[in-house]
Amino acid sequence: MIPLLRRRKPDGQPRRLTLEILRHNPADPASVPHLQAYEIEEAEGMTLFIALNEIRALQDPSLMFDFVCRAGICGSCAMLVNGRPGLACRTLTRDLGERITLAPLPVFELIGDLSVNTGKWMRGTSERLQTWIHNNTPTDIDAIETRMEPLTAEAIYELDRCIECGCCIAGCGTVQMRESFVGAVGLNKIARFRLDPRDTRNDEDFYELVGDDDGVFGCMSLVGCHDVCPKQLPLQTQIAFLRRKMAVVGLI
Amino acid sequence: METIHTDVLVIGGGLAGLRAALAARKRGNSVLILSLVPPKRSHSAAAQGGMQASLGNTTKGAGDNEDVHFQDTVRGSDWGNDQDVARMFVHTAPKAVRELAGWGVPWNRVQAGDREAIIDNQRVTLSEPEEAHGLITARDFGGTKKWRTCYVSDGTGHAMLYAVSDQTIAEGIPVHERMEAVSLIHDGLRCYGAIVRNLIDGKLVAYIARATCIATGGFGRIYQSTTNAVINEGIGAAIALETGVVPLGNMEAVQFHPTAIFPAGILVTEGCRGDGGLLRDVDGHRFMPDYEPEKKELASRDVVSRRMEAHIRSGKGAKNRFGEHLWLDITQLGAQHIDRKLREVKEICHYFLGIDPTKQWIPVRPAQHYSMGGIRTNAHGAAYGLSGLFACGEAACWDLHGFNRLGGNSVAETVVSGMIVGEAIADFCTSSAGDMSLSTALLRECADKARAEFSAITDNHGPENPAALLAAMQAIMTDKVGIVRHGDQLAEAVKELTELAARSRQVGLRTHRPGANPELTLAWRLQKMLKLAICVAHGARQRTESRGAHFREDYPQRNDAEWLKRTLAYWTDPKQVVPSLHYEALDIRRMELPPGWRGYGARDAIEHPETARRMDQIETIKAQFANADRHSVQHALMPFRHLLPAHLRGDNARPGEPV
Repeated sequence: MIPLLRRRKPDGQPRRLTLEILRHNPADPASVPHLQAYEIEEAEGMTLFIALNEIRALQDPSLMFDFVCRAGICGSCAMLVNGRPGLACRTLTRDLGERITLAPLPVFELIGDLSVNTGKWMRGTSERLQTWIHNNTPTDIDAIETRMEPLTAEAIYELDRCIECGCCIAGCGTVQMRESFVGAVGLNKIARFRLDPRDTRNDEDFYELVGDDDGVFGCMSLVGCHDVCPKQLPLQTQIAFLRRKMAVVGLI
Repeated sequence: METIHTDVLVIGGGLAGLRAALAARKRGNSVLILSLVPPKRSHSAAAQGGMQASLGNTTKGAGDNEDVHFQDTVRGSDWGNDQDVARMFVHTAPKAVRELAGWGVPWNRVQAGDREAIIDNQRVTLSEPEEAHGLITARDFGGTKKWRTCYVSDGTGHAMLYAVSDQTIAEGIPVHERMEAVSLIHDGLRCYGAIVRNLIDGKLVAYIARATCIATGGFGRIYQSTTNAVINEGIGAAIALETGVVPLGNMEAVQFHPTAIFPAGILVTEGCRGDGGLLRDVDGHRFMPDYEPEKKELASRDVVSRRMEAHIRSGKGAKNRFGEHLWLDITQLGAQHIDRKLREVKEICHYFLGIDPTKQWIPVRPAQHYSMGGIRTNAHGAAYGLSGLFACGEAACWDLHGFNRLGGNSVAETVVSGMIVGEAIADFCTSSAGDMSLSTALLRECADKARAEFSAITDNHGPENPAALLAAMQAIMTDKVGIVRHGDQLAEAVKELTELAARSRQVGLRTHRPGANPELTLAWRLQKMLKLAICVAHGARQRTESRGAHFREDYPQRNDAEWLKRTLAYWTDPKQVVPSLHYEALDIRRMELPPGWRGYGARDAIEHPETARRMDQIETIKAQFANADRHSVQHALMPFRHLLPAHLRGDNARPGEPV
């Protein structure tokens, strides 16, 4: 644990924060979902990562949540912070009021309290959408690599930055009605591989993967995904662009 | 108990484990990966700045090749590494980058023509030739003679991890997520898989495998101040140690990264300094040239971290409410460069510090970053002491890095060692050594033993709190087994850690939650982590010299005469309180590059009597091969290609050096 400095109010007192956490343990038949409140003293630079770990260390060792990198790059800690999907590790308490509500991401299978099984969902989506480079020509690893335009590489990386945190799914209107919808995370991946000259699939192939209501035509364009994406991926543009391309294939 | 059978069990779903799994799968084995977290969330994703491979595509990389990369790596290790392994690695790294390009990693590419860059605080124009346009580019990193670090902005590890993970999905390799290996199934001679705990329902499962590969990463979380992810607790290394027959190598060799943001300890990449960033003190003075006129901010990490701590001790640290730190200044790189090449750094500064690094300096202080030590293996990744057990990546002491790893060599090691060790695993499985017969009695004994570890904790109603003991251990490690070490402090650390270990067996759980109780998980891991911490502290105390990242104030010289050897820590008897240390000599007579000055840092090493003799020999060989190509000279000095799988032995083509 990092040593902390308590944040002082103008009158010299640190704020007392109340974290209301939605608790439920599916492994316990007697468990009923409920909000449990924890009070802690705010510290300088306190993130929800620090706050939750402090609660678990000092108040309630049974509290379940997921953190890995605690630096905003691995996507483990997405949860609803005051109802909005976001990465807990990089959410500073100073940006929030004195009462903070935390709940697990919806849609995903609940493991316990704030921990959900995004990994299982994401692997399933990867298998369904075949999110890997399709290319039957083996790479000669002794030879000088195939060239790529520098701007193409940067454009691919722009979409490759997705961290599969699940915020877009939690913020998606369509998913609420259609569980099988691939969501912005899935559509963004198709856009990413479509852009990659190393992938030999064409639009007809991609149409087979996302040319239906579970794919790009299911999106109702509410684009909550775009608003909550912690990596600020251009999801709105990508979905719109992909829909146009898939519509063209569909019309042929 | 549920039992699952597979040819190959890979423990750890980071880059090293995934790549080894792919190699073994492609040779026809059934492979199963266990991972604490979904593989794409592994700590490999945190590698920012890039991966070293001597492609030599850029102007500042011209003339680079395996020889230069080899020498940089050996010097970086302070002659503590295995030179055969270093050769295997530098030879395979270009192949790994190219393979990853084929799998979709969007490596940044060379743009032909002029561009502005900052080198040593000077604005210069670099000109890239037309024929290099579109090839994989590289940036500068510490301790290297050439710009060799291939990158994807500053999300290199992320891009690599996603590409390799997607390949394992394409191959249909199952990953059992949220599973933790809690002990190895073994009889003291052969490993038969692992007893594994499901972190969702808390149940134990037996995974029986002909070959088991540990790729669980490092153990940075034994320190208070670390850049490591919270899952880097070293449990894979600990369960190998607990077999009693597998040693951990060089556990005292712990790297501290110069630029962790202060106080949170989150990494900002070495690429910041590689791209022209400077370190400044409380007065705004750029102090590194005063200490290191040759490489300045771009000396190796051990040297820069040590100089930074010394500068703070001399009273030149900047102060904020949390303590003392120094400044990393990347403002001169400009917003356009930072927005494209250092965007994760910008995000981290924004979210965790509330500052804009295009305009403001970043508060930094060295923090634990990398474990050079780990499960000791041979050049093929086979663990010492237990047939059928392999290790690769940071969990292993393969020993590419010796006593200090170069930036960009770890994420490179993950994939390269995965390529090599995965083949060795497949070879093992096709050989008679890969046959096995496991008695149900042994399986039952191993399962009972694992179960007993957990029930000993749940049945104990002692006074101790595991979270408090964990925090105490982390404080001891950072305070007394850190960047600057002293025999007296190390002795205190060993004593205090052994006391904590005794107390860790007296915990009383406050919660009894059905399923995987996080408090029980913590209490169980704590005992393992303490063993690792004791290996680090005890090994550091016994090593009465300074080498790489292991710096002893009371023994400040590198002592090749007495300490050119690798520490092997064994925990033979569960009742032992400190490990038994054995030492494995490094043989100068076989070295391609005998010990000398690194090109930065101290120059006062105590020489080994063999060094001069080997130097003469090398001169003679070089004279004999005066007209031969560089590969022939290298082969005459220290042949290594026979150690590589056949398909990785070929020469690497590069511009100006076609095959």
